[in-house]
Amino acid sequence: MKNKKLKSKHLLGIEELTKEEIELILDQAESFKEISERTIKKVPALRGKTVVNLFFEPSTRTRTSFELAAKRLSADTISVASSSSSVLKGETLKDTARNIEAMKVDYIIMRHAKAGAPHMLAKTVSPAVINAGDGSHEHPTQALLDAFTIRQKAGKIEGLNVSIIGDIAHSRVARSNIWALTKLGANVTVCGPKTLIPAMVEKMGVKVTYELKEALKNADALNILRIQLERQQRGLFPSIREYAKEFGVNKEVLKKHAKKDVIIMHPGPINRGIELSQDVADGPYSVILQQVTNGIAVRMAVLFLLSRGKTK
Amino acid sequence: MKPKAKILNPAGIESAITRIAHEILEKNSEKEALAIIGIKYRGAFLAERLAGAIKKIANIGVPIGAMDITLYRDDLTEASEQPIVHSTEVDFNLDGKVVILVDDVLFTGRTVRCALDELIDFGRPKRIQLAALIDRGHREFPIRADYVGKNVPTALSEVVEVKLMESEGVDEVVLYEK
Repeated sequence: MKNKKLKSKHLLGIEELTKEEIELILDQAESFKEISERTIKKVPALRGKTVVNLFFEPSTRTRTSFELAAKRLSADTISVASSSSSVLKGETLKDTARNIEAMKVDYIIMRHAKAGAPHMLAKTVSPAVINAGDGSHEHPTQALLDAFTIRQKAGKIEGLNVSIIGDIAHSRVARSNIWALTKLGANVTVCGPKTLIPAMVEKMGVKVTYELKEALKNADALNILRIQLERQQRGLFPSIREYAKEFGVNKEVLKKHAKKDVIIMHPGPINRGIELSQDVADGPYSVILQQVTNGIAVRMAVLFLLSRGKTK
Repeated sequence: MKPKAKILNPAGIESAITRIAHEILEKNSEKEALAIIGIKYRGAFLAERLAGAIKKIANIGVPIGAMDITLYRDDLTEASEQPIVHSTEVDFNLDGKVVILVDDVLFTGRTVRCALDELIDFGRPKRIQLAALIDRGHREFPIRADYVGKNVPTALSEVVEVKLMESEGVDEVVLYEK
């Protein structure tokens, strides 16, 4: 494992990473896990570094997780929410970023509604840019923590059957997960109503099914996505009730079609009773809260590994 | 690197560990407070051997931990290569303990400085003592060992390499010319 490093100084997406780079991040995250269990949850590795969280979309989990990850590595962090920033006064993204850069920060962690926004930023400013979700494009750290959680539970990823269920077309979590899991050698199936499955998604190396029971059959892990309620208003599925009936994962449907110990994941926030029933979300095979715990270790590993990138 | 001299053979390493174990028991009356923490990687293996030797001599079980000090290094911003972080495993409370910190080679003292900082993030030991299999001199910090397997005066152009069964498949300490 010696001398391995990430090629880029930014983390923009999983698509750009090699299998080895993904494994390096997961292996390093393993070592960072223990720090959050200590009484004094802090190591001095990133002392003197500054991290800016620049969130143009709402987020609790991701922003808190990045902030804690940075703080546990002793970096100084500041969060800028678009609702209280000069973005409201009409400042462009480039100008906002250049001004933050001028304050000599080392990392910009950004969530933005437009796909490719962090890529543009990475070309514009010198700090390391981490994509915390760009439109329906990628959410790399979520995919990394999902892979980490599967590996922790199942001991490996290669050869496992993982099904991603829900709105695949508009989901950055799905896209990053597909990249990560296929690179790591899992067999990935995507499942959802036809209107929410992107055309040609098979080109990414996944199987497609429009029936939940097909997605459950032989699956070692299920990643159940949040169904965004506003999609229904756009007519992409007839009603929330019908979605819950056809694609909602509950105890009965699992008992009938799934392996007994299938791993249940959800990136949050959950619509309880719609894509996932109460008893399954809180059930014995749900690792949803472990995903959240692991998210900090994975983000610590990313921040640490990027701190050494010299090339642009 | 050219090998110059063999400093310790397997018997030499074993007797050094046994002697350090005796010295630790002699120096510390509160034996139930003893704990041994090795600095990864080789220090962690030596810590286990030391605990084994203490068990053999005095029939007491001493808790063992292992620490990776990478995240406490003072050259993180200048190190040209990406260091790999290994996990730290200290699963007992350090408060009130007499901690024997173990490393293979004591050189500049910077690693020990990192280890001391990490140790006190885990609790408040009553006392920390340092054991090193080899002390090769050239300290850059005011740090000294309480227990030394062998003192080896070296030149800065030389390299001391400790090889252990657990990691290299052989027990020996060799001096090389860079």
